[in-house]
Amino acid sequence: MGELLTLFLSTVLINNIILSQFLGMCPFMGVSKNRSSALGMGFAVLFVIVGSSIITYFLYHGVLVTFGLEYLQLITFILVIACFVQFTELFLKKFSPSLYKSLGIFLPLITTNCAVLAVALENITKKYTIVETLVNSVGVSVGFMLVLYIFSTIRERLDMNTKTPKAFLGNPLALITAGLMALAFGGLAGLI
Amino acid sequence: MENKKPNFLQSLILENPVFVLYLGICSILGVSTSLDNALGMSLLVFVVLLFSNIIVSLLRKITPNEIRIPVYIVIIATLVSVAEMFIKAYATSLYTSMGAFISLVVVNCIILGRAEACASKNNVLTSIKDACVMGAGYAVAIFSLSAIRQFLAEGGLSLSNPLNLATIFKFTVLPEEFAIGLFSKPVGAFITFGILAAVFAAYKQGYEAKQAAAAKKAKEAK
Repeated sequence: MGELLTLFLSTVLINNIILSQFLGMCPFMGVSKNRSSALGMGFAVLFVIVGSSIITYFLYHGVLVTFGLEYLQLITFILVIACFVQFTELFLKKFSPSLYKSLGIFLPLITTNCAVLAVALENITKKYTIVETLVNSVGVSVGFMLVLYIFSTIRERLDMNTKTPKAFLGNPLALITAGLMALAFGGLAGLI
Repeated sequence: MENKKPNFLQSLILENPVFVLYLGICSILGVSTSLDNALGMSLLVFVVLLFSNIIVSLLRKITPNEIRIPVYIVIIATLVSVAEMFIKAYATSLYTSMGAFISLVVVNCIILGRAEACASKNNVLTSIKDACVMGAGYAVAIFSLSAIRQFLAEGGLSLSNPLNLATIFKFTVLPEEFAIGLFSKPVGAFITFGILAAVFAAYKQGYEAKQAAAAKKAKEAK
């Protein structure tokens, strides 16, 4: 139990998927302009990461290893993720059309969110059991959501500032802010 | 007078896929700690981009429109798997230092983006040209970022041949106590990237202002 808690805390705070591993940058820059779409994106990513991690886990150990096809893992994983994202898209379109609209192009782009593929691959290379896979994927997505949400609150303020030099407007300043956030999160490394 | 089209060097800056369009920045931030990694990553991205553009362009007439994205992803994933095996076999040190980012080239937005925006609509020759321009833009971005980060973090630059680890060049300028280790950490990556992006944006704004002024002058002369 203690090990699982350590794993969870370290994936959420210390090895944060965005700030220390630089994965999932596209939605991080793209949908962080207001809080509600940041939260929506966070939940969509949570759903996709956890779902696709479980499916890829069973697919890898059940099918690929049994038939000696490990070299196909990249292709199978990305297909599973693409299907899962499509499924999420249909689901959201039916049950939450407003969220579907506000996420726009970034919803289908979860397929190319490196965080999803990275977690699926990491679960395999680190030889996690199914419980650890679950904890790791939930931890990664919670970390993603946390940072995305905090960042969107900062950005809402940032966009109101009129004194920003013209060249720094928008993304450059946002990136520097992300750097300062990474510095702050680096301070949590002593936690475990 | 017609507006002059930007030349090759200018278009590398004005249409840079990384600093202007913000595509494929995960891998850029992740591996830009040394010139060795920059060389490996830009070669890898260029090769995969080139072949995916060629294949997508050749298949563009027989790819059903509804499932084109899955088709592109499978093509790219296959190419990356092949490239990964090559790197693992011939450049083991690169394989360990770039780690998961090799597999993650599959989800690099530049490659899928160019397949969708260019290769699916144009013939093979145009697609090859496009892959070269985009690959060069990516290389410019990752080399400039890595050079700055490595220089500040280690006090000098070094580059070695990824195949046999022979040093190509290596020099140190800053004494060790002046090196800022922070720049090899994520913080340094974000801040350097932000500042470089601002530099690129400033150049672009200047260029556009100049173009607008030239167009206005030409209009007045008429």
